[in-house]
Amino acid sequence: MLRPRVIPVLLLKGRGLYKTTQFDQPKYVGDPINTVRIFNEKEVDEICLLDIAASREKRPPNLEIIKEIASECFMPLSYGGGVRTVDQVRSLLNVGVEKIVINSLAFQEPETLQKIASFAGSSSVVVSVDVKKRMFRGYEAFILSGSVGTKLDPVSYAQELKRLGVGEILLNSIDQDGAMKGYDFALIEAVSAAVDIPVIACGGAGALANFKEALKCGASAVAAGSYFVFQGKHKAVLISYPTPAEIDQLI
Amino acid sequence: MIVIVDYGVGNLASIQNMFKKIGVASMISDQVADFEVAAKLILPGVGAFDRAMECLADKELIEPLTHLVMQGKKPVLGVCLGMQLLGISSEEGKCAGLGWMGARTVRFVNENADPSFKIPHMGWNIIKPTGNDVLLSGIESGSRFYFVHSYHMVCDVPQTAIALTPYGSDFASVVRHGNVWGAQFHPEKSHKFGMQLLRNFAEHC
Repeated sequence: MLRPRVIPVLLLKGRGLYKTTQFDQPKYVGDPINTVRIFNEKEVDEICLLDIAASREKRPPNLEIIKEIASECFMPLSYGGGVRTVDQVRSLLNVGVEKIVINSLAFQEPETLQKIASFAGSSSVVVSVDVKKRMFRGYEAFILSGSVGTKLDPVSYAQELKRLGVGEILLNSIDQDGAMKGYDFALIEAVSAAVDIPVIACGGAGALANFKEALKCGASAVAAGSYFVFQGKHKAVLISYPTPAEIDQLI
Repeated sequence: MIVIVDYGVGNLASIQNMFKKIGVASMISDQVADFEVAAKLILPGVGAFDRAMECLADKELIEPLTHLVMQGKKPVLGVCLGMQLLGISSEEGKCAGLGWMGARTVRFVNENADPSFKIPHMGWNIIKPTGNDVLLSGIESGSRFYFVHSYHMVCDVPQTAIALTPYGSDFASVVRHGNVWGAQFHPEKSHKFGMQLLRNFAEHC
């Protein structure tokens, strides 16, 4: 049986790492190379690096810094932010990224997404489904770092993404982002039940117990930002990661 | 010098990064002249089986590589899809494999309709060495490695599988036939366990 993956999500802006709350208010948490080195020592399962400024600034991935970060990653690395073409995907894979995370493009150009999936293989393509609760009932998927709504329900959207060849869904709750009060478990349950590709729960983890709950809801892996970089109620920056024994207990 | 075969498919930089980290000289090349002088070869690979075989064919590498490995007995390690290419065929495609070992690649089947059994097999899983192969020296049963794949190898002779991994049932995660080794997981992305395996390949194979 597979151990569940526990994945730190690192948000890149310029040359620094930041942590957001509800996809807003970026707070500086440190230098990416340093942070990755610490995660190496802690033998993390996987790292997800997202450039949160690229798409909004209409700019391609910063290959130079990604290459620098990838060369320090002795664990799988996924990258997202500003990816729009098969050529960019090729370059990213060449510098040592394993998986490509796509958000806006998946909605705007599903045919390009399909091309990327057939070029890189489904298992190398993750779509970040960024979700907000609707005012009254249900959920809506968002693009462009949570700034533009798609009017799509995340469940049917995830099914469509699977059909297009996506290998994994990073299910990101915008409402819970940075709150450290637990995941949106109903959302995880609904999407995990609807697709047979792995769903990575993201947004809101504040305790080990949250990971366990998300896995119980059907997530194949759990991701978090704040939980791995902040400590205490004043949110002092301190990089941490559960021990292998703690991760084993999640199943 | 270990040469990482560049045929346009795969995570070459990651493998070279790990060799650098453990102090082993390596280079990335698509030149037969470099393969000839190399002490050992790494055959990487990600993506689809046919595309990889077509890339090898387009670069006219199949024949020279086969000669170096089969006649020259040059040690080679296939990684991930690179391992699957070592066999005779794959259910993923129509192209013939390199045929350097008696094995065929098949798709995972969810035999018991278990909802937690997902394809691809993606994440960290353990390996259970079946003997004392030099490639796995110092790697204990239960060591964890990073896997991403939807297909797995089935060996004609069970002894070819030198480590097994449980997913549904046990499948061959590390294989060896003479001077040809293959690892289904990504050693270059498997922390100290992967470092040990690549060090073993550099020093003992």
